[in-house]
Amino acid sequence: MSMKALAVKGLCKKYGETVAVDGVSFDVNPGEIVGLLGPNGAGKTTVINMVLGVLEPSTGTVYIQGVDLAVSRSKALEHANFAAAHVPLPGNLTVFQNLHVLGLLYGVMDLPERIKALLKQFDLEGFRHTKCGVLSSGEQARLCLAKAMLNRPRLLLLDEPTASLDPSIARDIRANIRDLAVQEGAGVLWASHNMHEVQDVCDRVLFLAHGKILLEGDPRSLPAQHGKSSLEELFIAVAREPLSLQKGRA
Amino acid sequence: MAFHRMAAIILRQYYLTRSSVSRVLSLFIWVIVDIVLWGFISRYFNTFSSSGLNLVPVLLGAVLLWDFFVRVMQGVTMAFFEDVWSRNFMNFFTTPLEVSEYIGGLVLSSILTSVIGLAVMLALASIAFGLNWFALGFMCMPFLLILFLFGIALGVLGCAIVLRFGPAAECYIWSVPAFIAPFAGVFYPLSTLPQWLQYVAHMLPPSYVFEGMRSVIAGGGGFPAVALATGGALAVIYVYAACWFFTRTYRMAVRSGLIARYSAESLG
Repeated sequence: MSMKALAVKGLCKKYGETVAVDGVSFDVNPGEIVGLLGPNGAGKTTVINMVLGVLEPSTGTVYIQGVDLAVSRSKALEHANFAAAHVPLPGNLTVFQNLHVLGLLYGVMDLPERIKALLKQFDLEGFRHTKCGVLSSGEQARLCLAKAMLNRPRLLLLDEPTASLDPSIARDIRANIRDLAVQEGAGVLWASHNMHEVQDVCDRVLFLAHGKILLEGDPRSLPAQHGKSSLEELFIAVAREPLSLQKGRA
Repeated sequence: MAFHRMAAIILRQYYLTRSSVSRVLSLFIWVIVDIVLWGFISRYFNTFSSSGLNLVPVLLGAVLLWDFFVRVMQGVTMAFFEDVWSRNFMNFFTTPLEVSEYIGGLVLSSILTSVIGLAVMLALASIAFGLNWFALGFMCMPFLLILFLFGIALGVLGCAIVLRFGPAAECYIWSVPAFIAPFAGVFYPLSTLPQWLQYVAHMLPPSYVFEGMRSVIAGGGGFPAVALATGGALAVIYVYAACWFFTRTYRMAVRSGLIARYSAESLG
């Protein structure tokens, strides 16, 4: 059996008395796209930040491609990358310059060729020498995704990656990410509030509420299992009455 | 430590500098202003100096060394502030970049920018005011090295303070050289200071440099090897302490989540 792209065990994050993430455990397999869903403040971004190594867990472990993040941070993060709508690339560097600097940080081989291919893949060739600060939000989102694929990650973390894209580009982006998962066998953890998108792309979803995984399963069959007609209805139920769902699950 | 990751920090700084006239000018515009200003002040003082001592090397040499120290410190902090201003910590610290490599990249960036500033200062001071700094030959290297190390130490310390207290703390970092200058004896011997301030001065590596420089220019005292060794040892200790403090602050920021949400104008 191939190595898991991501293995998270017993992940907790406490800020004093406040528990942001409470004993979360899950895996992401190679080639699998896992949706991370939940209302605002559920702990999705906290989980992603802990997996990315910019937030230290209070307890628990994170293994990326079999490498313990706490023990070999650099080695683990060589296999990962991320794109988030709220984390743009520096606006005072051009598209090429940003990708060049980050490519060096990831130690990407054949970097100029890789950048060229990604600019083509994300339809950014015309912006190669444009400063990122003047790109439209859609162009910036595409650039963040190009950056996220720079090092051919085995684990891709996405936090609302298509939030500011029009439906046509969002569909292309979803296709690109699907290709990455299928063709290159990368695991994808995808946090989103767009239920249509999640249903379309994800193989499995995790519903987070109050820092815990409340529900887990196939996004196409999970709503019916809980007496809901759609994923969106299930999401609303998780946000408003998580305890009833938890009892139903028990 | 991976050199290619430190090189990425330098490359970023190069790209930023190349694309901005104001960043290019800031490499040498202030050192030119200082050298011109103090060059003329030194010449003016020479007109009524009764001791016969040429004040150009004393004052202008001091300004040159002090500006070099300030350039080194600001070279580190400016490279760090670029990440603060562009809110770039998430992009950098989610890569394999280690904190030691990040500091290394900031220091190497500073070496490059401060060497440019130093070269401009030396050229201008020698052409316009006849300061023959090269007459000291390799003797000037320990002076520059101590100031370089202390500049690195203060730069890294400044970065740690801004990382800990937020972007609002930046304004305090710019004024650090001005706070140190009176105790460093840049323009006057340490004996000018009251006794208790001399104790403070002896904790600062630049004080050994400027005392040593004056004794070399005055002649007769020989090369101040012991004083410079003391200053050098102090500077090394400060570099080590500053790097330790930055690393500790970074780890604290990772523990508290500050790195992931670094943008608030906080001093808390």
